[in-house]
Amino acid sequence: MSDERDRHDEPAAEPASLEGPLPDREADEQIRRMTRRGLLVMAGSVGAGIVGYKWLRNSPREAGVEWPLRRTLEANERLSRAYFSRARISPTFSKSDITRPRVNGHQGLDVKADASAWRLNLQGLASGTASVGLAEIKALPRREMITELRCIEGWSTIVQWTGARLSDLMTRFPPITRDGRAPDVEGHPGNLASYVSMETPGRGYYVGLDMESALHPQTLLVYEMNGQPLNWHHGAPLRLAIPVKYGIKNIKRIGTIRYTNVRPADFWAERGYDWYAGH
Amino acid sequence: MKLLERKHPLAIRWFHWLNFPLLFLMIWSGLLIYWANPVYRVGIGDQTLLKLTVDQSVYRKLHINNRLAEGMALHFFFMWFFTINGVLYVAYTAFSGEWRHLLPNRHSFREAWQVVLHDLHIRKEPLPRRKFNGAQQISYTGIILMGLGSLLSGLAIYRPVQFAWLATLMGGYQMSRFLHFWITVGYLLFFVVHVAQVVKAGWNNFRAMVIGREVVAVGNDDKLGPVAIAPSQGSTES
Repeated sequence: MSDERDRHDEPAAEPASLEGPLPDREADEQIRRMTRRGLLVMAGSVGAGIVGYKWLRNSPREAGVEWPLRRTLEANERLSRAYFSRARISPTFSKSDITRPRVNGHQGLDVKADASAWRLNLQGLASGTASVGLAEIKALPRREMITELRCIEGWSTIVQWTGARLSDLMTRFPPITRDGRAPDVEGHPGNLASYVSMETPGRGYYVGLDMESALHPQTLLVYEMNGQPLNWHHGAPLRLAIPVKYGIKNIKRIGTIRYTNVRPADFWAERGYDWYAGH
Repeated sequence: MKLLERKHPLAIRWFHWLNFPLLFLMIWSGLLIYWANPVYRVGIGDQTLLKLTVDQSVYRKLHINNRLAEGMALHFFFMWFFTINGVLYVAYTAFSGEWRHLLPNRHSFREAWQVVLHDLHIRKEPLPRRKFNGAQQISYTGIILMGLGSLLSGLAIYRPVQFAWLATLMGGYQMSRFLHFWITVGYLLFFVVHVAQVVKAGWNNFRAMVIGREVVAVGNDDKLGPVAIAPSQGSTES
């Protein structure tokens, strides 16, 4: 009956005598010895686990989260960016799938701001800086997509976005490069500045993006939402739709776009969230 | 005479006990994430039997409100340990031959039914004296498949564009989230039954998961040598 069990190859450290039947007293003594040892190892492991967890949770924080957790978020980001491909597209939907849009916070959406005075400031261009009006954005090829906006909280909505590709804006106003040579947005995008920073006028809200995600074909500078001109609560006159990121990166009322080789600050990443927040 | 029979290999005992705190931490951090959008309920149509939206005052009492960032950071840290432990467990059972005890076969389903009847005191015949009975084989294999389901649905939620094919396979982003949540509820149900069965099976059986061996009383048969009479305490459940 024990042939099934004999297949286990346990370390030979166990005395061979344990393999046969033992007189009751010797068996009881052996089992007591083994139980004592087993429970001690278990208690030791539980103790080590508690000490380890306490160490983790008491480590100094970096941008709102314990540093080992921050390092892990960054390691996860490196893996994700190594796997990321601009050819992978966020699933698209039909008009009948569109759901009621949701407004979830007003950071950076100062109601007193003057829409008519709005200009988009471009910084970190190969040519220095530029100031662009909405007409110039609308003059870029018009793109439309119906995608899912996924909030970091867990809910999602399906929205029709209309606007210009951020990559088309970059072709029109090329960013600085990594090595200082002349930019070639279409031919050599890998040499463009590593990051993009976007902020609301007055910098009440700001996001940082990696260049690969910014160049994704579904990353749009949006001026129409669900077939209507963008309204004030959804970030008029110009907002970002970036389905390869969580909702928090879909910044409303963009005032400044800055290309940079230094990792930009990000509103929610400073409050304990993952800087990458990618999909 | 007593036999100290080998039952659980050392590696499996470690995988088993490590999984306990790791799964707990995954569920706990998952709850911190769920708080931000607690939408699920048990019910049919508009009839809600049990709302899994806990009142915000309860969240505040438990101090699990407004901890989404913390929950995500913990979840995406411990996911590695949970995954590695699970993968090593599966690899070990595959290479050691332990899978032979664990995988259900064509008799397992009939036997599992007998186990259920036995546990409900409807069927009196003793259960087969084997390491794992049919009900256990189905549960222990099922829980591994659920683990795989957690991994895949988790990946679909984590990177729904890079793994869009996976999210689509699961029925979309929200469906992946739904599956990820309900598999977790499945773990809790498994846990309740598992612990009840372990309590019922007794100390000898539980101890085998700590020290690896189970005590079996043996008598002496003149021709056959020592033969097992019965486990000194119940031993077919764990």
